[in-house]
Amino acid sequence: MSWLIAPGFSTSAPVHVALVVGGVVAVITALVGVFTVVRGQSFAGHALSDIGTAGGSGAVLVGVPTLLGYVTMNLAAVGVMEVIGIRRPRGRDVATGIVLGASLGLASLFLYLDTTSTNASGATVNVLFGSIFTISGGTIPVVAGLGLVSVALIAVVYRPLLLSSVSDDLARAKGVAVRRVGLAFLASLAIAVSLSAITIGAILSTALLIGPAAAALKLTRRTGTAIGLAAVLGMAATWLGILLAYDSASWSNGGQGWPASFCIVLVVFVVYLVAAWASRFTGRRRDPAPGVPDPVAGGRTPVAAGNG
Amino acid sequence: MFAPSMVTTWEASAVVAVVAGVVGFFTVLRGSAFAAHALPNGAFAGAAGASLIGASELVGLGVFALGGALTIAALGRRARNDVATALTIVVMLGLGDLFLSRTTEYAQEIYALLFGEVLGVSGAEVVPTLCIAAVCLGAVLVLYRPLLLSSVAPEVAEARGIRTGRMDLAFLVVLALTTTAAVPVVGSLLIFSLLIGPPAAAGAVTRRPPVAMALSAVIALVTVWSAIALAFAADLPVGFFVGTISAVVYALGRVWATWGPGRAETRPVTVRPPYDPEPVDTFG
Repeated sequence: MSWLIAPGFSTSAPVHVALVVGGVVAVITALVGVFTVVRGQSFAGHALSDIGTAGGSGAVLVGVPTLLGYVTMNLAAVGVMEVIGIRRPRGRDVATGIVLGASLGLASLFLYLDTTSTNASGATVNVLFGSIFTISGGTIPVVAGLGLVSVALIAVVYRPLLLSSVSDDLARAKGVAVRRVGLAFLASLAIAVSLSAITIGAILSTALLIGPAAAALKLTRRTGTAIGLAAVLGMAATWLGILLAYDSASWSNGGQGWPASFCIVLVVFVVYLVAAWASRFTGRRRDPAPGVPDPVAGGRTPVAAGNG
Repeated sequence: MFAPSMVTTWEASAVVAVVAGVVGFFTVLRGSAFAAHALPNGAFAGAAGASLIGASELVGLGVFALGGALTIAALGRRARNDVATALTIVVMLGLGDLFLSRTTEYAQEIYALLFGEVLGVSGAEVVPTLCIAAVCLGAVLVLYRPLLLSSVAPEVAEARGIRTGRMDLAFLVVLALTTTAAVPVVGSLLIFSLLIGPPAAAGAVTRRPPVAMALSAVIALVTVWSAIALAFAADLPVGFFVGTISAVVYALGRVWATWGPGRAETRPVTVRPPYDPEPVDTFG
């Protein structure tokens, strides 16, 4: 077995925490990610992981927990995006961009003040990249708790959210409060992204949010199945990536291993490519027949879908 | 602030601002803000890789920016653009993480690449920036009509024989070149703010494309120069001022569009395809 799993893998405490936290985060983000991909809000999903950096570095500055800074900043950010106009596809693009630009500006200010006041030069790298192997075991309950809030928000609005994701107009005609449902989803996204960005870093947050969900939606049309499949793919990719990162240290003689973020991203990307390739044989085409609402295209006009 | 050593800074940032204003006009029009974020942000991985093998930072940036543009275009053919962009940026950043783990010296420079070091621009750095910027402006000028039509009304463009897929790719390549020219000077954060804020503000004020493009370049220039002056005076990061001023300018643009004079004229650019009675709203 040692060729497959390097010695010490099953007894290392950081590896255990990484497996548990990574697995939990992968499942939560897979659920949120399926809706993110269907609704065409990948940009917002990624932007929030960067926007949270402003909250995180601001929290360091005033001395409150980083996670609190992340969640507060992200919830405020989705509120502003909603006000600017995240409903229309193109307005959404600009709204996300403006909020992201302003937040990155704030982050640069806070990071600058952090480094001049505390002289911690590594702060930038830590906030931006995170590391799955440096999570302390004590964060597991916090991660699980916040994850539950995020999942519960989606569960409450599941049906109307699904309907409004496939067709906004249809949902409105059926009396769904489309804006409120959309805002509930964004709040759930904000919490999920804060949680994953702070534990596993901004890169992995986006990778696990979009990759498994997009791969699952290549393979199945049914949202329920896609969520389950995305959760399995996300968790498998995370664990395989962690194993790869752990093993890679033993491949070069006493040398440095590959970073876990890189390994997990690599696995997620390969999973997506394989799913995209396999979708050729399942007849799951990108463009649906006229009149058939395609969950991936979000039922929008081609003008909007092509530029999401 | 106006010492001879600062002249290069003013010049380089002016060049970058004008290119960002012009290219940004199409970025906002096409709804490509995510790509405008992904390419500069991911390209830093190329700079890190280049320093690892001892190559020029500019070459690393260029290779990664162009590679990212091609990946987005290739993945985007069979998936939604935003999904393709998200996957591309995480792969680029993942590679960046790998490169950074191989070296201990580069950590200090990440901050500079992400947030810019406008005040430390040297004369030698301006020449490549100037050349690439000229290529970008030339490309936008040559592609102006087909790019505009394919951005505003893809179906009409297709009907007239314009390959929208190729326009997509061409635009992404221009965006990659803009990235390469701008990141060493202003950093990836600043270039993103400049690609979105000023054009969105200009788009809210006027709907006539050439006017909006010129206005966007002017706003970008004013934004950068005032940000540098403020950063110099207050001794705070330039990125903070560029990000904030961009957002404020955009907010003012929206206020102008809603309550300003000549409101009746500020209708959306309307392209009426023969089969579609609904005007296409080109701006958010």
